[in-house]
Amino acid sequence: MTTAEQHKSNGIGKDLAIYVCLLILAGMQFVIAYQKIDASQMFTRMLAVACVEAGLAALFFMHLWTEKRGFLLFVAIFTISVLLMMQYGWTDSFRMVSGAPFSK
Amino acid sequence: MSQADLTMEGHSTGLTVGPAFSIPTKKLAMWLFIIADTMTFAACLVAYGFLRNGTPNWPRPFPGITNVALMTFVLLTSSLTMLFGLRSARAGDKAAAFRWTMITAALGIAFALLHVREWLELIDQGMTLFKNPWGTGLFGASFFSITGLHLTHVTSGVIALIVVGVRYKGGRYNADDIEVLGLYWHFVDLVWMFVVPLVYLLNLAH
Repeated sequence: MTTAEQHKSNGIGKDLAIYVCLLILAGMQFVIAYQKIDASQMFTRMLAVACVEAGLAALFFMHLWTEKRGFLLFVAIFTISVLLMMQYGWTDSFRMVSGAPFSK
Repeated sequence: MSQADLTMEGHSTGLTVGPAFSIPTKKLAMWLFIIADTMTFAACLVAYGFLRNGTPNWPRPFPGITNVALMTFVLLTSSLTMLFGLRSARAGDKAAAFRWTMITAALGIAFALLHVREWLELIDQGMTLFKNPWGTGLFGASFFSITGLHLTHVTSGVIALIVVGVRYKGGRYNADDIEVLGLYWHFVDLVWMFVVPLVYLLNLAH
């Protein structure tokens, strides 16, 4: 086996491992959907699993892990901070539970 | 400064800079697009969550998980075949790279068909953008907007896979182009990981 072929087969092993992890995590989301827990708990658990899935996919499938650290930090800090800022909007939806024109 | 330090355009070679973060320009452009698109999807999902949380008796029209589970499996598998395509391209195996890219496109088409079948079932039950038999009309608008945006991405990705695959086989594109397209395809998969729990699993009828 040549070095290139060895490298390729090693990489495929890692890809398959990540793929299986993602399948298991996706399966976990479906299991959570049938748990007898309230919606907010279900949402939190599903979102946590989705974040782990997204992290694995970005780091290994999109090869972010092997990019320069500076670029990894740029993507992570920029994306996560904007996503967190968006969560500010959620707080107002609790006000809507007690009444909003189009929620009735 | 000597004449040798000047380029033909008259710029100093000392001022010449490499691509940002030392990654190829095409790849950087794709990453910037992905970051921007992440914000688009995130805004849609936050808006969806806002409406869902603020609306009593949100419709729960999905009786089972078979279809969405199958769609998830197909899309995750397509990410794996995309990786195989890239690895083959990097190893210089053009035929295998083309084959894996086309398999990825076929899986993308399968995903789109499953999605359309689901849409047609919901439309048959009376769901439109503005009304549905289960409750607030906002559900149809938000459901079709988010899944439609994702389906548009999948469809564009399939077209791009076919075009890039064919051009790669013809020698016009190289492994870097396959990698850049792969980034997009994995992103489409990544978005689906958030759409499934928020739009489908939290609305299972049980």
